[in-house]
Amino acid sequence: MTKIALRDIVVRRGGVEILRVPWLDLREGEVLAVLGPNGAGKSTLLQVLALLERPAEGEVRFDGEAVAGRELALRRRLAVVFQESLLLNRSVEANVGLGLSLRGVPRRERADRVRHWLARFGIDGLAKRSARSLSGGEAQRASLARAFALEPEVLLLDEPFSALDQPTRESLLEELATVLQETSVTTVFVSHDRNEAARLADRVVVLAEGQLRQVGLTADVFTAPADETVAAYVGVETVIPARVLEVSDGLVTLQVGEAKVEATAESFVATEALLCLRPEDIVLALSDVAGSARNQLRGVVRGIRSAGAEVRVEVDCGFSLVASITKRSLEELGLEVGSPLVASFKATAVHLIPRGGERRTLASDADDVH
Amino acid sequence: MELIWDGLREAFRILGTGDRDVWEIAIRSLLVSGSATAIALIFGVAVGATLAFRRFPGRNLAVVLVNTGMGLPPVVVGLAVAILLWRSGPLGQLGLIYTPGAMVVAQAVIAAPLVTGFTVAALGALPPRLRPQLYALGASRLQMLWLVLQEARMPLLAALMAGFGAAISEIGASLMVGGNLSGETRVLTTAVALAVQRGEFAPAIALSIILLTLIFLVNLVLTGVQQRERPS
Repeated sequence: MTKIALRDIVVRRGGVEILRVPWLDLREGEVLAVLGPNGAGKSTLLQVLALLERPAEGEVRFDGEAVAGRELALRRRLAVVFQESLLLNRSVEANVGLGLSLRGVPRRERADRVRHWLARFGIDGLAKRSARSLSGGEAQRASLARAFALEPEVLLLDEPFSALDQPTRESLLEELATVLQETSVTTVFVSHDRNEAARLADRVVVLAEGQLRQVGLTADVFTAPADETVAAYVGVETVIPARVLEVSDGLVTLQVGEAKVEATAESFVATEALLCLRPEDIVLALSDVAGSARNQLRGVVRGIRSAGAEVRVEVDCGFSLVASITKRSLEELGLEVGSPLVASFKATAVHLIPRGGERRTLASDADDVH
Repeated sequence: MELIWDGLREAFRILGTGDRDVWEIAIRSLLVSGSATAIALIFGVAVGATLAFRRFPGRNLAVVLVNTGMGLPPVVVGLAVAILLWRSGPLGQLGLIYTPGAMVVAQAVIAAPLVTGFTVAALGALPPRLRPQLYALGASRLQMLWLVLQEARMPLLAALMAGFGAAISEIGASLMVGGNLSGETRVLTTAVALAVQRGEFAPAIALSIILLTLIFLVNLVLTGVQQRERPS
């Protein structure tokens, strides 16, 4: 069932087109993440879905019917959480109950729901406090409680955690994931953090420069990005041009720099391609290893940089690739710049984006993008 | 020195005995300036909210004009209102010239830009996403407006105080359109000016004390409302 459908949407600001969405369905019960860099039109897309921004062209349908003229009534079936908590200068409980009182929900029911959701987000002790006295994390909890208290049919979240510090952000993300699972409310989650999206979303939309770049199941978008921008955005750190040498039995042999790489792909017709490799799919070893990985490339360490608990190792093996290993294996391998090693990865770990020739339709989003 | 002492002693005698003329003037002042402030408030909040929330061509110019209006010389306002309301003027039919009504009009014109300007600033200082958030919470347009006005209540009460202060303390316009007629259009400021002209310092001091007390009391009440915090 489609909850909200967008058809041929164009949004303009000051005569400039800032968003174009030919076709997008928000399915009942799903969590849809909207990913993309700043200025990609993510928030604008959310405002269209929230019926806060009327598009210059196109149609928004709610439960299959056009929304035009019914915005206020329909908005009362939605809830939105923004990056800022946007609480009014009143008590926390008055803020959490605000949407309910705007809807004319009787006082007693309001109090019950407010109490329930304050407790659910662990801020029931702050009910009587002034909203002004809350910390950033507490305020965002209140903002989430305010949204969930409405028991909305659709929940729209616009980068709700990006103003919070890392620990707060992680714990709140986990709480939200749990609540989303329990309530199975249809949700749109705008983020520029692919890890948040990967944690929460059933499907992902990638936007760039106001255009819809890819729509698909989260796993598909992350492993098979439709183009370079999407690849860079979903965490594929190695994206290199390659030339197709041979295609046979679902196996493509490519020339990449000075190395040859094998990749699995069905019916590949292009002659040029972009080769995409996720850093976590690459295994580093000091010598050749007996294993199932089809691609074993000898190379030299060119650079090592820390990335949180992990380490990114840049390897020159005829072309440059980036692998991710733990700090511990870095020590065990005794790697430093200049160390020789072997980088291996499976043929199935390689994702190819065709360039030149005919474009391949991506299976994952064939039913979404028309 | 004797002038001051005698003046003060006489002033407190007038205040103590409750001179009917003096109290009548004080009450008239309060009514005229209060009505003018009320009109300025309705106009100022409506126009201020429009200027703060709407984007339209000429908006910036309008804001500049409002800010200019905040320093509008009362005599110029008096002149303009006098011309409009003069018996042979465009609105002479209304028969308002030399009535308290004409003074209300003039003082409202003086106070309105102040209230408008403060309102634009007060509403403009709210977070830009607050209105979308309120709409998203299911607010109708009126509910949204009511909530943002409440949210900006502190600076809006400051706007009210500034408007009332300007209305009750101006003299030029009231003199021109009211005429300072005893028992009809004489208010505190015009009465003080007349008394000083006549060299009657005692009633002038008494009236001034009343004027200051009045402004103090109104601001005391408004500040009380302004600073009253919600449950903390």
